[in-house]
Amino acid sequence: MSALATPTDPASDGSAQLPAAVVKSRREALRRLPGKAKVGAAILGVFILIAIIGPAIAPYDPSATTPGQALPTAPSTHHLLGTTATGQDVLSQLLAGTRSTVVLGLLTGLIATGLAVVIGTSAGFLGGVPDEGLSLLANVFLVLPALPLLVVILGYLPHSGELPTAIVLSVLGWPWGARVIRAQTLSLRGRDFVAAARECGESTWRIIFFEILPNEIGLIAASFVGTVLYAILTSVALAFLGVADLSSWSYGTMLYWAQNGNAVQLSAWWWYAPPGICVALLGMSLVLLNFGLDELGNPRLRAGATRRIGRRTWRPSDPTPVLRGGDS
Amino acid sequence: MWFITRRLAFYAVAAWVAITVNFAIPRVMPGNAVDAMLAKFPNLDANSLHALQAEFGTHAHGSLVSQYFSYLGDLAHGNLGLSVNQYPANVTTVIAQTLPWTVILVGVATIISFALGTLLGIVCAWRRGGWLDRFLPAFTFLQATPYFFLALIVIELFAVSWGLFPFGQGYSLGTSPGWTWSFISSAAYHSFLPALTIVLTSMAGWMLQMRNVMITTIAEDYVLVAQAKGLSPGRVMFTYAARNAILPNLAGFALSLGFVVAGALVMEIVFSYPGIGLTLYNAVTSDDFPLLQGIFLVISLTVLAACLVADIVYFLADPRTRTRTAY
Repeated sequence: MSALATPTDPASDGSAQLPAAVVKSRREALRRLPGKAKVGAAILGVFILIAIIGPAIAPYDPSATTPGQALPTAPSTHHLLGTTATGQDVLSQLLAGTRSTVVLGLLTGLIATGLAVVIGTSAGFLGGVPDEGLSLLANVFLVLPALPLLVVILGYLPHSGELPTAIVLSVLGWPWGARVIRAQTLSLRGRDFVAAARECGESTWRIIFFEILPNEIGLIAASFVGTVLYAILTSVALAFLGVADLSSWSYGTMLYWAQNGNAVQLSAWWWYAPPGICVALLGMSLVLLNFGLDELGNPRLRAGATRRIGRRTWRPSDPTPVLRGGDS
Repeated sequence: MWFITRRLAFYAVAAWVAITVNFAIPRVMPGNAVDAMLAKFPNLDANSLHALQAEFGTHAHGSLVSQYFSYLGDLAHGNLGLSVNQYPANVTTVIAQTLPWTVILVGVATIISFALGTLLGIVCAWRRGGWLDRFLPAFTFLQATPYFFLALIVIELFAVSWGLFPFGQGYSLGTSPGWTWSFISSAAYHSFLPALTIVLTSMAGWMLQMRNVMITTIAEDYVLVAQAKGLSPGRVMFTYAARNAILPNLAGFALSLGFVVAGALVMEIVFSYPGIGLTLYNAVTSDDFPLLQGIFLVISLTVLAACLVADIVYFLADPRTRTRTAY
């Protein structure tokens, strides 16, 4: 985060101790983080916490059924979020299922962003034939219809766990980030500090990873957040279609079983609503985080830029305000 | 001209990749069309088995290379084979029956979503900090909601609880497809809920992008000049600021039209709408490889065609692309 707001000075790279003023300004930058980003980070933090401790604090075994039960029961003090038609505790499923969804999202984000960074920076920096080839590859992957392809591929991968799913999602999800990173690298390549580094005899890979990459942290973070969102929404949709390991718990499989058990027709909102709302909250936290990153990079985008001048409201689209009277 | 040549070369390569991936799918996946037929009709005798193998082209003798070329030859003649699920029917016929449903419904929904989202985005940026702008995070909540979840809630409210709209199927049972008023009104009535959910989930994206680009445009000097000239705010907003800010949105719109065919998979399954997405899903679950291949090919090629059109429109609309080499 702090690297976003403090411009990376190539000269200070590698200095072991940071002066007190730099540390202070970094703390200052963190405090100035847009409110949306703070809210997003807080919600995301809660979900990550649940992903870590959720299965341990679940009150029941999420798969334990009550023999003889045929209808879902509404929330009560025993089951805070009610039960499914077979008597499984919805809250326990939710607590246990968070881990799988969050892990899959973050894993895909890491793999796909890693691919995007390597391919995007190489294509942008090397130019020429490698650039043409890699751009073509990215564009081909962009136009392949992802969801039908995923259904076809994952439908035939036996017992697809988190890692195979994450890999397939990454392979289809990297080009969006790679395109943006490539464009940014293209514009950074011509800057003076890169020319200086080249004159100093630094190797190509050192220039890419130590000179160019630190200046793209904001972009990479935004692309990571976007990819995590894509992975979560897609994996939930896939599980809902039954293209996932249905014996494990995640938000997607919860929704799949709720749909299979006719939760909507039975009006058992406590069964189908919690996982959906959790996905929406998780997704919203990521969108807000991305909003914040956007605003950090482009302060003009911040809302609330209207100012009251005298009795008039000034909007950024209005001409520069001039005070009447002229006592200045 | 160089730009167009390059793009055409790209589309040729992309189409080739799509066709080849399509060729590879049934050969990599376990099971084949004849096995699926056998599962459907368990008591077939040996003769009909051989006949089926010949018909579906499985157990083909030649090498993979010769299979590949005969596959290309079949494609060139528009021969996509026979569907397993709806046995004697041609894959092309099945696709031709289901494609219009998807294209009309999702196409109209995408256009509405784009128009509404862009308009709201313009207003959002123009009245930045106003009530609409402050509501933006609420719209992102809709965007982050899984599509099918919103669809389930809409069905629960409008179809199950209040009974305002029907759900499931594309038209009422009493009517038969044709250019009659009763059929068209029935189809429109049935498509209201699916269209509503598509618009609700996709609008926020258009809105956000339009707002962000528009805010940058508003700060340009020519907007200030237009205002200083005393032009009406509406004119400055639409013909000066929005007109220049709409290009990225327009490019995205053309692209999304290509995904109209592909993007509605989940919608059609939730609403059991008789479109191509539902057909694809049924083909996957019942190992109907010829149909699967055919639909996949149609989807990939439509996306490519839409991208090509998007490129050309963009090329004509924005003179700057004609000199820019990087894409």
